[in-house]
Amino acid sequence: MNASAFRRRFLAAFCVLLAALPLLPVPEFWITQANYIGLYTLVVIGLVLLTGIAGLTSFGQAAFVGLGAYTAAYLTLTYGVSPWLTVFVGLAITAAVALVLGWITLRMSGHYLPLATIAWGLSLYYLLGNMEALGKYDGLLGVPAMRFFGLELNTGRHFFYLLWLIVVLAAVGLTHLLDSRTGRALRALKGGVTMAEAMGVDTFRYKVTAFLIAALLASVSGWLFAYFQRSVNPSPFGLKMGIEYLFMAVIGGVGHVWGALAGAAVVKILEDQLQAWLPRLMGSSGNYEVIVFGILLVLVLKYARDGVWAFIEQRLPRVRRAVDWHDAPALPERPRPAPGQVVLDVRTVRKEFGGLVAVNDVSFQVRSGQIMGLIGPNGAGKSTTFNLLTGVLASTRGEVQLMGERIETLPSREIARRGVARTFQHVKMIPAMTVLENVALGAHLRGHAGVARAMLRLDRAEEKRLLREAERQLVRIGMAERMHELAGNLALGPQRLMEIARALCADPTLLLLDEPAAGLRLKEKEGLAQVLRQLRDEGMSILLVEHDMDLVMGLVDRIVVMEFGTKLIEGSPQEVQASPAVRAAYLGTEH
Amino acid sequence: MDLSIASILVLDGATNGAIYALMALATVLVFAVTRVIFIPQGEFVAYGALTLAMLQLGKVPGTMWLMLGLALLVAALDAAHRLRAGVAPAQLALGAGKTLLLPAAIGAVTWWAAPRQLDLVLQSVLTLAIVTPIGPLVYRLAYQSLADATVLVLLIVSVGVHFALTGFGLVAFGAEGFRNPSFWDARFSVGALSLSGQAIIIFTVSVALMLALWLFFERTLYGKALRATAVNRLGARLMGISTTGAGQLTFALAAFIGALSGLLIGPTTTLFYDSGFLIGLKGFVAAIFGGLSSYPAAALGAVFVGLLESFGSFWASAFKEVIVFTIILPVLLWRSFQHPHDDEEE
Repeated sequence: MNASAFRRRFLAAFCVLLAALPLLPVPEFWITQANYIGLYTLVVIGLVLLTGIAGLTSFGQAAFVGLGAYTAAYLTLTYGVSPWLTVFVGLAITAAVALVLGWITLRMSGHYLPLATIAWGLSLYYLLGNMEALGKYDGLLGVPAMRFFGLELNTGRHFFYLLWLIVVLAAVGLTHLLDSRTGRALRALKGGVTMAEAMGVDTFRYKVTAFLIAALLASVSGWLFAYFQRSVNPSPFGLKMGIEYLFMAVIGGVGHVWGALAGAAVVKILEDQLQAWLPRLMGSSGNYEVIVFGILLVLVLKYARDGVWAFIEQRLPRVRRAVDWHDAPALPERPRPAPGQVVLDVRTVRKEFGGLVAVNDVSFQVRSGQIMGLIGPNGAGKSTTFNLLTGVLASTRGEVQLMGERIETLPSREIARRGVARTFQHVKMIPAMTVLENVALGAHLRGHAGVARAMLRLDRAEEKRLLREAERQLVRIGMAERMHELAGNLALGPQRLMEIARALCADPTLLLLDEPAAGLRLKEKEGLAQVLRQLRDEGMSILLVEHDMDLVMGLVDRIVVMEFGTKLIEGSPQEVQASPAVRAAYLGTEH
Repeated sequence: MDLSIASILVLDGATNGAIYALMALATVLVFAVTRVIFIPQGEFVAYGALTLAMLQLGKVPGTMWLMLGLALLVAALDAAHRLRAGVAPAQLALGAGKTLLLPAAIGAVTWWAAPRQLDLVLQSVLTLAIVTPIGPLVYRLAYQSLADATVLVLLIVSVGVHFALTGFGLVAFGAEGFRNPSFWDARFSVGALSLSGQAIIIFTVSVALMLALWLFFERTLYGKALRATAVNRLGARLMGISTTGAGQLTFALAAFIGALSGLLIGPTTTLFYDSGFLIGLKGFVAAIFGGLSSYPAAALGAVFVGLLESFGSFWASAFKEVIVFTIILPVLLWRSFQHPHDDEEE
């Protein structure tokens, strides 16, 4: 039995067990517990996406639950609206709030979102507790039970099926999402925005998307909560609960969808035990369990940051992706420029940092089918030039044209869209994804499937085309046999080659390589030179920033030498090597 | 609203604003030096006020036991750590002694002084002595080994510490609220304006503390070392500045500022074991005015938050917390337009 079949049976067994639970003579107490665990899991699944995958976090999820719950309770009690409609009203309100919060905070550093969600969680709590129409701190009582085709879901056992059906669907949907074009883009957010933007990912939009999905899941949980509890009041939607949701996510394992279930179950059961035992121990009543939770949270972050699910995950066989894309049609490619045509035209580009002129009116051209080397001593402004060309930094003045179109004012992802692909001086990748998936991220702009199609697995045809392209590029650079390894397990040399494959996956007109040979061994350097020559022969244009003179001189067609931000000389390797000015720049002058 | 009500509200808002300013300064300080978003800052306010309340009742405050317990834990952990590194037993004992000496001395003094119900000022000094060491001890236990983790992880740790410290507050002080006696009962009338002695003390101490902090950072080597750590941790380490020491010193300052704030507002309102959280968060909202990095902007923001709160409670008392915490959204929006590239990579 292969690994993925094993996992499918594991999931099937879990579902059967779930379905059988209410039919067994289990005490009502445990059914209620299981229902609460389900309600929490739904919220925590959203936090896994937000925190574990996208590297953002929120303490305000409980407030979104409250939004869903209050909307449902109020509409049902006041206007008699059917539960099957209130859910959509709740989702709409939640989406509006989440979009506003996200729109305001997500363009800034990562810690502004959690801070804003703390404020939002507190505000909503006091708002709910002071509104006459919502029954102030007493809340809304007597919410009627849900009806499902005439069947009244008025007991925990009846409610159990609806709730857990939604939980399992949410978990499976999110698992599908993570294994898709959108999922790769979401994972790329965690390592900072530069790499993701260079792959053409609109990081702001994806951050908002992650926050929105998490908020909507919380809202659904609140909707269910209202009809399960049959009453709502502000206390389960306060900041304390918001923090507890995050606590569940961390305990369960913030990187795994099923960790949400583990975390919710562990925390709920632990909380009940502590609430029963601690007040007896202390001799008075009170929320003493927060001490244990607080300390536990710190200990988990210190010693087991992957949470409970990581221990289970280690014992499950690792799934190797089935190769099923060989019959997929190839992705369309850009028209190639004619050999010798000017691809990149840099005209008197300048960058000033305050009084420092880092790049001083530099001009050069890169032609199709040519490797251009950009060299110079440390501090010459090579990396700054590179960042100007890729849109990471904005130039002070000057012009950059790609195939005749001005690009110097465009953001990274728009430059990527126009056919410039790059690698990084310090490798930027997603260590927890396989080599193949990392490379497929490079083809982000060549796919279109979004969140909904990914969750419903309607994106498989496109996904096959993307993976086929990723494999093709890995074959091209000679790394095909390592595509199923985790990228984080690769040595530096293969990591750099993987970055080149990822860049090639974008079907670029121009390839920008930032010190690709740094830290490579001799054999690896020779392999790299071989790959680059082969790419040039296939008609690729390459701009190379590099320190390794042996590599540069034996490989490139033309060289630009920079010193102190200024272009010193441009010419063939022989001309540059013969130039006294270059020698002076590198070695100093004799007097 | 007439002028006299307005002036009362302004005075009230400014008094609270002074406390929020102290909170905001501590928040900015801790974030700058250690990158920790210190959610539990407010807990030290409650600890300060309620420790004094316990001493007033002639009881040994539970915070003393917390401080001693944390010190013992730190000593034990350090000893275990050094034992594994192969340090000689004599040195081991010396190290543990160093950690425990000051807490033990403070504990002994508290034990002796508590039933004697000393003068209010002496009890206040003792309160500061009990609460301040909790700061660096918490840093050592919760944050030190995670010093290089991301801001996000440190933030989640902060939430855990907040939970734990609030819970300990409940154990130490019970669920009952306390209001401390005023340090200065005098009242002054200037026209329609009535100024209490306590308000004057709050203003004076807040301004004095800000001045002292300014002098500390501008004029002393320790202060400069902290600033260097705030700018670049690795660079500071290469200059021989202990970033661990900087973290502990920062947390000591934060705890001291918190406890002092607690002493200052103790006489103006009834405080419970969990009251500090909201006070600390209002300091936070103020700190966000300056993007968690500018001290003057944070102080101004604090006064604004104080005024907003006092006028809010006049016009819509039930919604004053909603108003105060919702103001963070327009502030963040304004900042995101002011600093569109405020996005460092982690």
